[in-house]
Amino acid sequence: MKIGIPKEIEDGELRVAMTPSIASKVKQLGFDIVMEGGAGTAASYSDEAYEEAGVEITQDTKKLWHEVDVLIKVRPPVEHPELGFYGVELLGKSQTLISLIHPAQNMNKLQQLSERGTNVVALDAVPRISRAQKMDVLSSMANIAGYRAVVEAAQHFGRFFTGQITAAGKVPPAKVLVIGAGVAGLAAIGAAKSMGAIVRAFDTRPEVKEQVESMNAEFLLLDFNDEDGSGEGGYAKTMSAEFIAAEMALFAEQAKDVDIIITTALIPGKTAPELITEDMVRSMKPGSVIVDLAAETGGNCRLTQANEVIDVHGVSIIGYTNLPSRMAAQSSQLFATNIYHLLTELCPNKDGQIDLNMEDEVIRGATVVKDGSITWPPPAPRLSAAPKSDVSEQLKPEKADIKAKEKKPSAFGFLLPVLITGALLLGLGTIAPAEFMAHMTVFVLSCFVGYMVVWGVSHSLHTPLMSVTNAISSIIVIGAITQVSSDSPIVSILAAMAIFITSINIVGGFAVTHRMLKMFRK
Amino acid sequence: MNFGIMTASYIGASALFIMALAGLSHQESARRGNIYGMLGMALAVVITIAGAVTDNYELLLLGIVPGSLIGWLLAKRVEMTQMPELVAILHSLVGLAAVFVGFANALGHGQYDSLVAQRIHDVETAIGVFIGAVTFTGSLVAYLKLSGKVSGKPLRLPARHLLNLLICIAVVYLVVQFAQVGAAEGMNYLAIITLLAFVFGAHLVIAIGGADMPVVVSMLNSYSGWAAAAMGFMLGNDLLIVIGALVGSSGAILSYIMCRAMNRKFLNVILGGIGGSKVNKASGTIGAEQQGTIIEIQAEEAAQALADAKEVMILPGYGMAVAQAQHIVYEITKKLRDKGVNVRFGIHPVAGRMPGHMNVLLAEAKVPYDIVYEMDEINDDFKNIDVSIVIGANDIVNPAANEEPDSPIAGMPVLEPWHGKQTIVLKRGMSRGYAGVENPLFFKENTRMLFGDAKESVEALLKHLS
Repeated sequence: MKIGIPKEIEDGELRVAMTPSIASKVKQLGFDIVMEGGAGTAASYSDEAYEEAGVEITQDTKKLWHEVDVLIKVRPPVEHPELGFYGVELLGKSQTLISLIHPAQNMNKLQQLSERGTNVVALDAVPRISRAQKMDVLSSMANIAGYRAVVEAAQHFGRFFTGQITAAGKVPPAKVLVIGAGVAGLAAIGAAKSMGAIVRAFDTRPEVKEQVESMNAEFLLLDFNDEDGSGEGGYAKTMSAEFIAAEMALFAEQAKDVDIIITTALIPGKTAPELITEDMVRSMKPGSVIVDLAAETGGNCRLTQANEVIDVHGVSIIGYTNLPSRMAAQSSQLFATNIYHLLTELCPNKDGQIDLNMEDEVIRGATVVKDGSITWPPPAPRLSAAPKSDVSEQLKPEKADIKAKEKKPSAFGFLLPVLITGALLLGLGTIAPAEFMAHMTVFVLSCFVGYMVVWGVSHSLHTPLMSVTNAISSIIVIGAITQVSSDSPIVSILAAMAIFITSINIVGGFAVTHRMLKMFRK
Repeated sequence: MNFGIMTASYIGASALFIMALAGLSHQESARRGNIYGMLGMALAVVITIAGAVTDNYELLLLGIVPGSLIGWLLAKRVEMTQMPELVAILHSLVGLAAVFVGFANALGHGQYDSLVAQRIHDVETAIGVFIGAVTFTGSLVAYLKLSGKVSGKPLRLPARHLLNLLICIAVVYLVVQFAQVGAAEGMNYLAIITLLAFVFGAHLVIAIGGADMPVVVSMLNSYSGWAAAAMGFMLGNDLLIVIGALVGSSGAILSYIMCRAMNRKFLNVILGGIGGSKVNKASGTIGAEQQGTIIEIQAEEAAQALADAKEVMILPGYGMAVAQAQHIVYEITKKLRDKGVNVRFGIHPVAGRMPGHMNVLLAEAKVPYDIVYEMDEINDDFKNIDVSIVIGANDIVNPAANEEPDSPIAGMPVLEPWHGKQTIVLKRGMSRGYAGVENPLFFKENTRMLFGDAKESVEALLKHLS
């Protein structure tokens, strides 16, 4: 099958859906690739590099759209500003479009595509399950956005991120607040932290606390324990009014203290929640920076202007909507890798034929139009955790049962052996001679000593323990020695044989223990 | 020699032996402990020779000198991977010695104070000989199984429980007879008891599968102690009683620890392992469910994954011992640690064929013991691990133990590498572990299989790392 890579035409979109290095890997799956000339130039990949990787370059945009079997691009198809023909109408039956689609916002586009019989795989509809992570472009792009957000902030921030004590005086470290610790938020935390800033993070989902702390950032806890902000598929959901009030109070307080705020709060399919009010902006120190990663869907800050950097009350508010495109070389590389992984799933036989296998959970989720009908939204994903919890639920009562069974008899059970042993000893004591009872005393006490001592032995020394106890159990040699001087030749020969074999044991046991212990070293 | 001096020396020796065991609680003090043990033994032997031997010095020397020499050579030459065999064969010697001493005592005993004293003494003798004989043949069979001279598969005679029961009843009857007629006329009874005990010991161990060997070896360790204690009663010697009790309880605790690590009942292990029919049924259904895909990996790619990781966990099993791969594994460890990768080892309590087997092998390869962790210490850490390498282990990393309530190994604590980012399993083929259970770990998404002989695979890894 032939894959086509058109040039991205939206304003400020520098990415490309395929890079030369990935193109050669895709060819190994059996595909041919044709690309619109100059599609990779903006992301610093030259046409020559593509040609070297075996990609055919064409200048005929229209033909490319018509001819190929699979069209892969970054952005959803839109009208071409100059040529006027560019868009879904160029695609036809038996073609497959793979790109970001935003199906919720673009239902009419899906409608058009389904009428034309085009199959559509939406990269942003790949289910968020662990198996699909390698093809999740939203995650890889969010990662870049988070990193870039810190870089943008650094550019507009007039000071160091890291604290320094120099001959020219002391420099305090910058304080960064990251709101929303998703993929982008965590990437921002990592980047800011590695530049030396003090980083704090806030998220409505308590389970990310651990992730934030694992990156050595401080997790800001809200004194509000009842509500969990985790929604479906790892995203956050909208919170209650009380929660939001508490949250806003926290932000207001933090705004006075921090130098940089990076907001990444997005709720899928809705306008972004407003988290930073104008008052908060006013309370920030002059020279502070706000980077609003939610600018495209309205912004987390009231004052954010999409695609603009504005200066209000001495604070720079950065509202770039397409941060990944500002690192086009990197984001194209990751994007193309995600595409490659998706193609390996779509083409399991490596024969250059794609197969939209609707039985496969990932492919089912990502396919939004197939054979003329819209297949979005997909049925709720089977949670990989669900069967597991079933099993553990089944297991738990069973385990509890076993415990209960074990416990019941032990309540009386421990007395029983004690009583029996006591009775036996008493019975023995009435008939046995005093000497025997003295030995019995020694025996029982030694058992207890052995019990106490051996429990203390380290796990890793169990083999040496066995070889050393083996050596010392050959103390039987003493019995043999006392008999070796017997008048009876049979007795003394038996004794000598016992001495012989126990000697093997004593020397062998101690020597091998010594050899082993010598090897244990720190 | 003065009786008081002898007793005092025995007390000293007992104390030294206790200190020897106590010393084993830490690696730092372990070597000192071993030296205490040697001192105790030397003291006891020298004092006994000085106090009790009046004649037949040539026989004494004939026993001690060649015996010591052989023991020393054995200890020098044994490969660390063969430790379980050595320990088993040494156990059998203790058992045999107990039999000899018991017979010698029965034959050469003088007058008794009373009839009761005589009967008690005879019962002690018979019990001592019985335990000794069971230890002897049991250890011998364990040795043969461990060294691969006979198959590790359990041999189960029909009606084996009945057979064992009959032997036990017969022995009890014979002991009573022996005590009644007395040692002088009852030697025949003692001989039959010994023969029955030989059969019993061999039959007991031959029915136990290779995977349960850690329990068997430690159980036999315990028996050798009880044999010594019984001899102590027979001879009226407190030192033997003390040491026998120490060793006996030590072995018993080890058996208990091993059983707990496998989530098995001691009796269940001793009486012949997991019931055969149950295994087949369970593994059949699991096998049917587990037809997932296996993702293979080549050494080069695996080496790359290791080099890129920050946290690596190595989980060795019996396969590493068989392939003698521990030295190369440590070479890899060193390479990775030089690159700043934090490499640790996770040891399951029953990995290998003897308690602590893996620790000894790793120590032999000079792996520092502070990077070797027990299962309980590291199981919660797996979520931070980038790559876990499983080398020649199967049942001890089987998630079925946690996830499949009807699996034969359900409830057995296992290492949980699947919580980490990636697991690489080095394995010869897709065969099952000793428990005969399919391992769902191999089918997990984040598991990669590196097929081949463990040694060749780790050599290839090392080559690609350097």
